[in-house]
Amino acid sequence: MRLILTDEQRDLAGSVRAFLAGTAPMARVRAVAESGEPYDRDVWTRTAGELGLAGLAVPEAHGGSGAGHAEVAVVMEELGAALTPSPYLASAVLAADLLVALGDEAAAETEDLLPGIASGTTVAAFAHPEPGAPLPSAERAGGGHVLDGRVPRLLNGADADLLLVVADLRGEAGGTAVFAVEAGASGLARHPLTTLDLTRPQARVELAGTPARLLGTPGAGTAAALARALDLASVAVAAGQLGGLRRCLDVIVEYAGLRVQFGRFVGSFQGVKHKLADMHCTLEQAESIVRYAAWTADESPEELPVAAALAQAFVGGAAFRVAKDHLLLHGGIGFTWEHDAHLYYKRAKGDELLLGPPRVHRARLAERLGL
Amino acid sequence: MTDLDDYGRRARAWLESGAAGVPADPDLAASRAFMAKLHDAGYSGITWPPEYGGQGLGAAEERAFQQAAREHPLPVGVFGIGLGMCGPTLLSIGTEEQKRRHLRPLLRGEEIWCQMFSEPGAGSDVASLQTRAVFDGDAWVLTGQKVWTSVARQADYGLLIARTDPDVPKHQGITMFVVDMHDPGVTVRPLRDMTGVSHFNEVFFDDVRIAPDQVVGEVNGGWSAAVTTLLHERVSIGMGTSRTERPASFAALSAAARDRGLLDDPVARDELVGLYLRERAFDLLNARMSQEVKAGIQPGARGSVIKLLLAELTLEGADAASRILGPDAVAHDGPGTLAGALAWAPGMALGGGTNEIMRNIIGDRVLGLPREPQVDRTVPFRDLKVGTQAKEAGQ
Repeated sequence: MRLILTDEQRDLAGSVRAFLAGTAPMARVRAVAESGEPYDRDVWTRTAGELGLAGLAVPEAHGGSGAGHAEVAVVMEELGAALTPSPYLASAVLAADLLVALGDEAAAETEDLLPGIASGTTVAAFAHPEPGAPLPSAERAGGGHVLDGRVPRLLNGADADLLLVVADLRGEAGGTAVFAVEAGASGLARHPLTTLDLTRPQARVELAGTPARLLGTPGAGTAAALARALDLASVAVAAGQLGGLRRCLDVIVEYAGLRVQFGRFVGSFQGVKHKLADMHCTLEQAESIVRYAAWTADESPEELPVAAALAQAFVGGAAFRVAKDHLLLHGGIGFTWEHDAHLYYKRAKGDELLLGPPRVHRARLAERLGL
Repeated sequence: MTDLDDYGRRARAWLESGAAGVPADPDLAASRAFMAKLHDAGYSGITWPPEYGGQGLGAAEERAFQQAAREHPLPVGVFGIGLGMCGPTLLSIGTEEQKRRHLRPLLRGEEIWCQMFSEPGAGSDVASLQTRAVFDGDAWVLTGQKVWTSVARQADYGLLIARTDPDVPKHQGITMFVVDMHDPGVTVRPLRDMTGVSHFNEVFFDDVRIAPDQVVGEVNGGWSAAVTTLLHERVSIGMGTSRTERPASFAALSAAARDRGLLDDPVARDELVGLYLRERAFDLLNARMSQEVKAGIQPGARGSVIKLLLAELTLEGADAASRILGPDAVAHDGPGTLAGALAWAPGMALGGGTNEIMRNIIGDRVLGLPREPQVDRTVPFRDLKVGTQAKEAGQ
C-alpha cells in the first residue's frame, strides 16, 4: 500500500500547478465562468496537447500515455485546487474510463473513439445513471439502434462532441447497454441547465429516435465495466475535492493571519483557530483516503469497490464542510460575488452531488462491507 | 534481502522463542526478569548509545523491532514511561553521572520510573505548577503534590518538575529533578478514576530532600526539558495503536450487530458506516504518517493530529456502539466491555493534553497561526492566579 506520492507524481503535480497558475489564474476562471463558454478552450487545447493529460489513463495502444489512475488523481487534485473550468473530468475521466473498461465488449468502437479522446480533439461526456432512475430506451432499427428518453443531467452535455449513454435495450437479449451518440445526431436536443457551480456546465439531453452506436451489450461484461468506471470516477472526483479542500484551507489560514479585529489577528482567537485545526485534521484524513483509493485503482483492484465508496462517502462531505467554513471564517467579504470563496463553496457542493448524494455512497459502502 | 529485513527476521525469530508463553500482564518480578532477557538479547535500548547499555542502532531497526513485536504483546508496560520519556530526557540533558547510574538499569528492568508534571492546579497549564523546591544550602527541599502519575506505586525513581523561583515569570522558575520514590517523605495514593480502577496515583511530597546532583539540566531551566518529554508522550500515545485494542471497533460492532439481527435496520447500518469512515480515515492517516517517517519526513507537531483524532474516534466509537446495540451496552450480566469502553473513552481526550490543547498546538505549530496574547508570560509567578484560585478569591 502506497500512501505518499512518488517523485514522478510530485513532479507531475508541480508542472500542472505551474501551468494552471500561469494560464488559468482565478481572474481567468471567473471570466470563463461568467461567459457563455463551457470551458477555457485555449487551456484545454494546451492541457491535452502540450501536457498530454487527456490520455493519461488511456492505454498507449489507443493513443494514450498508459499512466495510472494515481496520476489522474494528481491532475484532478490540481484542477480542483485551481477550480479550472475544463472538460477533463467529463472526457478524460468519466468517458475515457468507461470506454477503457468496456474494452473487449466493444473492441472496434473503443479503437475508433479512444484516440480522439486521448488527444483531446474529441470531448466526450458521460453521466452514470442514478440508482433507480428511469433509463432512456433503445431499440434495434435497421442495422443499428435508436434511443428515446432523457439523460437528466450530463456534465459538459451541451458542448461535448460525443455522448455516452446508458440505455435499456428492448427486445430479445435486452437489458442495460451502453451507446455512443454523435453531437450532430438527429433527434438529439441538449438543454443547458442552470448550475450552482458556474465552472461545471451541465445539460439535460433529450433523445427522440436518435441513432446511436452500441458499445456494450447487455450482460455481465457491461455491468462490470459500468461498475469499474463509477469506482474510478469516485476516486477521481474525490481527488478533485481534496485539491479544493486543501486550497480553501490554505487561503483561510493565510487570511486569518492578516485580518485584524478587536486588536488581534483573527487566527489567534480559539473560536477561529480550533475550527481551522479541525479543518486541517479533515485534510490529513481526506488526503490519506484519496491516496489509498488511487493506489487501489492501479494496484489492488479487489479493494477498489470499497475504497471508491469510502472516498466519496468521506471526502465529498468533508470538502463541502471545509469550503463552507472557509467561506464563513472570511466574514462578510466571503459572501460577496467579488470574493472567490463562493466559487469554491459552489464547486464543493456540486461535486458532492455529482455522482449521487451522500446517502447513495454510504449505501454502496454498506453493501460492499457486507452490512 | 536487506540488512534491515534480516534484522527484522532475527527479531521475529527471537520473539517467537524468547517471548513465547510470557503473559502480557505478569507480576513485577517476572516483568523485570523479562526486561533483563530482552536486554541480553539486544532488543532493549536499540537506539541508545552502547556506553549506556544501548545497541547504538538507528530508528529503522527500532521500527523493525516494534513491527515484529506487534504480534507478541510484551510484558513491558510498567517500563513504558521510563524507556519512552524519562530515559530519552536523561539521554539528551542528563549529567554523565546520571546517565551512567540510571540508563543501563532502566534498560534491564532494574529501575522503574514515573513522570510527575501535572498538579491539581496545573493541568493543561503545566507551567503554573506550585510544588516547590527550596535550596537550604545543602539540599533541595521538596513540598507539594502531583497527580495523574502512572506507575507511581511501582516506581523506584521519578522525573519531577518543581517551582524553584517564584519571583520570575512562570516558565523561567522551574527545575527538573530525579526523585527517589522510596524516600520516606514521598506518599503515593492510588487515584480511583471513572472506570472504577486506579490507573493513576496522587503523589505527596513532605520535605523530601534532594541532593544537588539530582538536578536534570539547568536550575530554573526545567521547562524546555519538560516540553521535550511531553512531545515524546504525544507521539507515543497516538502512533501505533492497533485496532485490536479498540473494544468498539467496526469489526467487533458489525459482527455484534449481525448476531443480533440489527443489520436490517437502515439506521443501524448507517451508524456502522459512520464508524467505519472515522476508523478507516484514522488508520489510513496513521499508515501514511508512518510511510512519511520512513521516507524521512518527521511528523513533528502533526503527532497532535493523530492524538486528537484518536481521542475523537475513541469517544465516538463507544458512543456509536451504544447507539447501535442499545440498552445491552449499559445494563448487562457480568463485565461489560462496552460499558468499560464508554467509561474509558474520556481518558483518551484528556490524558497527554486535552483536545482543546491539541487544537491549539495544531493551529500554532502546524498551521502557523498567530498565537493568543499570553498575559502570564511576563508576570512573576508569585503574582499569578493559578488553578481555581481566581474563582475562590471572588467568592
